[in-house]
Amino acid sequence: MAKMNMLQAINNALDLAMAKDDGVVCFGEDVGHFGGVFRATSKLQEKYGKARCFNTPLTEQGIAGFANGMAAQGMKPVAEIQFADYIFPAFDQIVNETAKFRYRSGNEFNVGGLVFRTPYGGGIAGGHYHSQSPEAYFAHTPGLKIVVPRNPHQAKGLLLASINCPDPVIFFEPKKLYRASVGEVPEEYYELPIGQAEVMKIGTQVTVLAWGAQMEIVEKAVEMAEAIGISCELIDLRSILPWDVDTVAESVKKTGRLVINHEAPLTGGFAGEIAATIQQRCFLHLESPILRVCGLDTPYPLALEKEYVADHLKTFEAIKASVNF
Amino acid sequence: MTNPNNATISTVHQAEFTSGHALQIPTLRILQDDGTLYAGATAPELDQATALKMYQTMTFIRVLDERMLGAQRQGRISFYMQCLGEEAATVGSAAALDDADMIMAQYREQGALRYRGFTLEQFMNQLFSNEKDLGKGRQMPVHYGSNAIHYMTISSPLGTQIPQAAGYAYAQKLRGLPNVTICYFGEGAASEGDFHAGLNMAAVHKAPVLFFCRNNGYAISTPANEQFKGDGIACRGVGYGMKTIRVDGADILAVYQATKMAREYALAHNEPVLLESIAYRLGAHSSSDDPSGYRSKEEEELWRKNDPISRFRLFLLQKGWLDDEADKAATEQLRQDILEALKVAEKIAKPGIEHLISDVYAEPIPELERQLADLKEHIRKYPDAYPITSGRM
Repeated sequence: MAKMNMLQAINNALDLAMAKDDGVVCFGEDVGHFGGVFRATSKLQEKYGKARCFNTPLTEQGIAGFANGMAAQGMKPVAEIQFADYIFPAFDQIVNETAKFRYRSGNEFNVGGLVFRTPYGGGIAGGHYHSQSPEAYFAHTPGLKIVVPRNPHQAKGLLLASINCPDPVIFFEPKKLYRASVGEVPEEYYELPIGQAEVMKIGTQVTVLAWGAQMEIVEKAVEMAEAIGISCELIDLRSILPWDVDTVAESVKKTGRLVINHEAPLTGGFAGEIAATIQQRCFLHLESPILRVCGLDTPYPLALEKEYVADHLKTFEAIKASVNF
Repeated sequence: MTNPNNATISTVHQAEFTSGHALQIPTLRILQDDGTLYAGATAPELDQATALKMYQTMTFIRVLDERMLGAQRQGRISFYMQCLGEEAATVGSAAALDDADMIMAQYREQGALRYRGFTLEQFMNQLFSNEKDLGKGRQMPVHYGSNAIHYMTISSPLGTQIPQAAGYAYAQKLRGLPNVTICYFGEGAASEGDFHAGLNMAAVHKAPVLFFCRNNGYAISTPANEQFKGDGIACRGVGYGMKTIRVDGADILAVYQATKMAREYALAHNEPVLLESIAYRLGAHSSSDDPSGYRSKEEEELWRKNDPISRFRLFLLQKGWLDDEADKAATEQLRQDILEALKVAEKIAKPGIEHLISDVYAEPIPELERQLADLKEHIRKYPDAYPITSGRM
């Protein structure tokens, strides 16, 4: 075990993956010698050479297309999109190409091994072009897998699993936690399962569900609720696509209540999908309406970020409303 | 001169523009309409067997296109795309490649596919989206693909294969393979952002890819002069810092020669090359299109005289490599074979219901298994409404 922040854990995962497999190649804007604007690829060029860790021109669609081609040849490209807010020029390459490569060819070709790493989310005073959480756009696309880690240990294990996955993965990194989240991380190679949620705390009265950077926020809300005698079950979804319906449904059948929190705007957000599925699966077990605590339906603000975000206080209120319905 | 801007700095002291047309890009022509060579031209080294394979591939595709457009008109297949007038561009370029070079095409490159050895049955199975189609009946007709012969499955969105070809070729280079990737696209697709992204990525990262632009004058109805204002597409290759060559796309010897040279250069230097083939899309864009709404019969007739097949045929006859009678008989036989293969393929069953969810992921995710189980239950309730699958579950 070693103490690492999330960037160090990601860097360590990339290092191990590149050492293990010659086919793993890291690239993106400023990813080479500089090591990425957040330093996630620090020292990798020094260690593995310019052919396997390099800068690209400023072209997200080019990065994504190039990654698709490399993966189709059998390599494992780990492509960085510098901010999730800038992933949209690559939308066609990801949604129409990456996601459909295996299906449309009848399995003649595939892009398994391809990972798009991209920092997402707010909390860094980044305004609307450095704070977005675009996971729901991609969750609507069969063929992709979508993973969001909550801490350094999770980030390393899930990233290694993503690189080793036979399907393409978008790996959303909560940039707010890059340096803020520090924890014990095993130094050796390990994988954590994609598509499995993790029950972090067992409780009886209400299930509280989130992922990524929101986990520490809902943890705070759960602490407040427990302090006034509400027993909460806390779940980290970890994968948005596929998402672990069984674990969530099992929990809600027990608690009868569900509060979902995400950073992205409410309308069309992934909480809606979860709510629809869970009410269908758990209808007769529900004691109160499923509640969503999300960003407002506005672009991500700057000066009024504190008011906008789905914070611990809003979540605490939702937990109380759910239990006292 | 090297500088932070990576640009040549030759100083002048009076303001003047540089015109794009200052760069005169010539067009390579070797074979004349009458089958003889232009004065000063040299035929590429080509043995009789290869020359005949090139010719027979072109005639195969011409007859296939004719028959399958007819089959579409009869309502037997839903859609078709011909390559009439452009056979030499794709066959001539494919002939200049190694069999293990990757082909990433747009959708009108059946000539290259046939040259690689895609069988008549494979063409038919794809066109009829039956259970023997390598693509499992998932894409509209003409979206061919085959791993075994290194022909990447076609994708409808235009230009997406361009940056992918850069990545594929870069991977070939990292692997130390003695191969290149050829990437075909039209002059219309060259307006997509992926064109810029792909050419720039390939040039910067030194990927051995041949970008083969089929400038055929039209993107559906939009003529090239409403598509771009530069000197064709070739001038852009120079802008991206890559070797560039323009060639008469109806002259199979010129296409072969240019592609051969481009391949050798790309492999030797690990660099991309841009080729621009100038030809004319004699047919409609697709079976859903009618060119009489946007161009004149006179224009078409003018280009019809520029037929790539008859030109090469005359060349082969003059060389004594082709027997006129045997050739005519072979073409007649081909018509019969195609008709027979068509009849067989249209009777082959559609893919089974399990292929509705296979290959979305390497293994179906639990939600897909649930959805398939629900669907099967529904089909069992209403078997007459789903005749393709209800009898086979």
